[in-house]
Amino acid sequence: MMLPEDKREQLQTQILESEAPREEAINVMFALQKHYGYLSDEAVSEAAHMLGMTTLEIEELATFYDFLYREPVGTYVIHVCDSSICWMYGEETVMDYLSKTLAIAPGETTADGLFTILPVCCVGYCDHAPVMLINGKPYGPLTPDAIDSILLDIRLNHPECEEVK
Amino acid sequence: MAGSQSFILHNRLEHQTMTLDEYRRTGGYQGLRELLNHEAPENIKKTVLDSGLQGRGGAGFPAGKKWQLLPDDAPHPRYIVANTDEMEPGTFKDRLLLSVNPHTVIEGMIIAGYANSAQKGYFFIRPSYQQVALKFEKALSEARAGGFLGQKILGSDFSFEIVVHRSAGRYICGEAKGLIHALQGERPHPNIEGHLTEEGLWGRPTIVNNAETLAYVPHIVRNGAQWFRDLGKHDKAPGNKIYSVCGRVRRPGVFELPFGTSLGEIIEEHAGGMLPGYEFKACLPGGASTRYLTKEFFHVEMDFESMSKIGPGHRLGTGAIMVFDHTCCLVAITLNLIQFFARESCGWCTPCREGLPYMEALLAAIARGEGEADFLPRLQEMCRHMRNAYCAFALGAASPVQGLMEDFEDEVKAHITHKKCPLEHDDPNQWPLQPMPGIEDLETGNERHPSCPI
Repeated sequence: MMLPEDKREQLQTQILESEAPREEAINVMFALQKHYGYLSDEAVSEAAHMLGMTTLEIEELATFYDFLYREPVGTYVIHVCDSSICWMYGEETVMDYLSKTLAIAPGETTADGLFTILPVCCVGYCDHAPVMLINGKPYGPLTPDAIDSILLDIRLNHPECEEVK
Repeated sequence: MAGSQSFILHNRLEHQTMTLDEYRRTGGYQGLRELLNHEAPENIKKTVLDSGLQGRGGAGFPAGKKWQLLPDDAPHPRYIVANTDEMEPGTFKDRLLLSVNPHTVIEGMIIAGYANSAQKGYFFIRPSYQQVALKFEKALSEARAGGFLGQKILGSDFSFEIVVHRSAGRYICGEAKGLIHALQGERPHPNIEGHLTEEGLWGRPTIVNNAETLAYVPHIVRNGAQWFRDLGKHDKAPGNKIYSVCGRVRRPGVFELPFGTSLGEIIEEHAGGMLPGYEFKACLPGGASTRYLTKEFFHVEMDFESMSKIGPGHRLGTGAIMVFDHTCCLVAITLNLIQFFARESCGWCTPCREGLPYMEALLAAIARGEGEADFLPRLQEMCRHMRNAYCAFALGAASPVQGLMEDFEDEVKAHITHKKCPLEHDDPNQWPLQPMPGIEDLETGNERHPSCPI
């Protein structure tokens, strides 16, 4: 299941327009991650091929960044902010509530493949603490009721993935 | 807010982005139009230098001086980078700025491009600001359609393009040299020798400015250097500054105020003071990489000069104020901060990679009530070692730790003596998870309710 031809062409145009191919490395990895669900070995090879880089060079980047995943993740990645202000407003309770509700520990994915919970450092929405991102979209201030209705909405409506997961 | 006027933050309504027409009605792109016809690039550089504009990303280096570091005979192409990585814990000023007024940053980038004879601008943005990136891209296409961006801008000979670079998220990317590696698709270590203005992106002359810094440029060009200087509270604090306040205050948010406004005024007047039932204990005045300040410093003016005068290690940073109340254990808060830094360390140099996790372990033991008397000198020693780190981030990470040990020594020692946290507080896992009663929403003026999504 390679990247669809139209998407590949679009990325190739972006690569041609850039100052140097590897400038597009993150964009290419985001696109492949969106297509495969995570940066699989196949995705890493494909990125390397498109960018004229070695797989090792891709690996160096893929393992560095918070929003690139080298292991399978759920369709919806829940990032719970655990930096000072969110922590002060009950981040540990948010994490516990999510873990209990979804029956997974942080870092794990639900059996239906829908959700992954990950801790993340300050996301820059401190004025809404406590905050979580779901596929890059911020939610806050969180309460158990609010979390329930967000998760229910996703289960029912399967909203389209934002580009940043 | 009486007496002060906002220029770059026309409102604080995150969901009401100024359109091109609205921006133009406030005088937007007028400065660009006039300078393209009449002004030589070196005059723009001089105006920005004379305005005294200091970098708003935390270091406070004069923007005009940075621009002058780029030699006149430097090779082409040259690049302008707007840094919106903004990953300092507690900092969200650029998020609001760009949500409200993306065009002032775009115009600032174009003017910086003209002044430095650059051809291309990069807008570097963190992944959790995807919503902001989309607004920025919309504004870019408006600017392009209006003839303010692209080939032969407004009929002049000057062409400039702006590209949005979405980062995949790491704190070190906000460091200018790490950012350059990130843009080049390399692991973003901050290991570049020499000035970026000579050898930056792809080895070419590059200027990296914080988004807020660039946002003031159109206003300086339009109204003059002296006008900008007069906005500030005193000579050494030219212009306005966006302060953000979060933590245990009534009105968390961002406030564009004269540079040098006092810490007390920002917290008590603009952010509405403490939430009912909470007393002020301490704050970090400029993100996680600064030192704690107690109430006795409320008179201090929040600018680079005044803050550094408080004493060694004190600095303004990003001007993002995090307010902690009397129920907060500062050992626990500092542990949280050092966990952040230990996790986000890029790993390039040994003091930072090895030192921060060790400091984290020592602080965690103290917080659990397992600390020993010699942990304090050991932490002091580790803080000193951070001076040997390659970039400024490890030293920044040591700031709250050093502040904790020097200004709250009794609190730390009480943890060690009593073998537990001396503050009476509930188990965090038992905390009722509900928005603090009394938090006012800046958009509606009403009490804030769980409002998801943001």
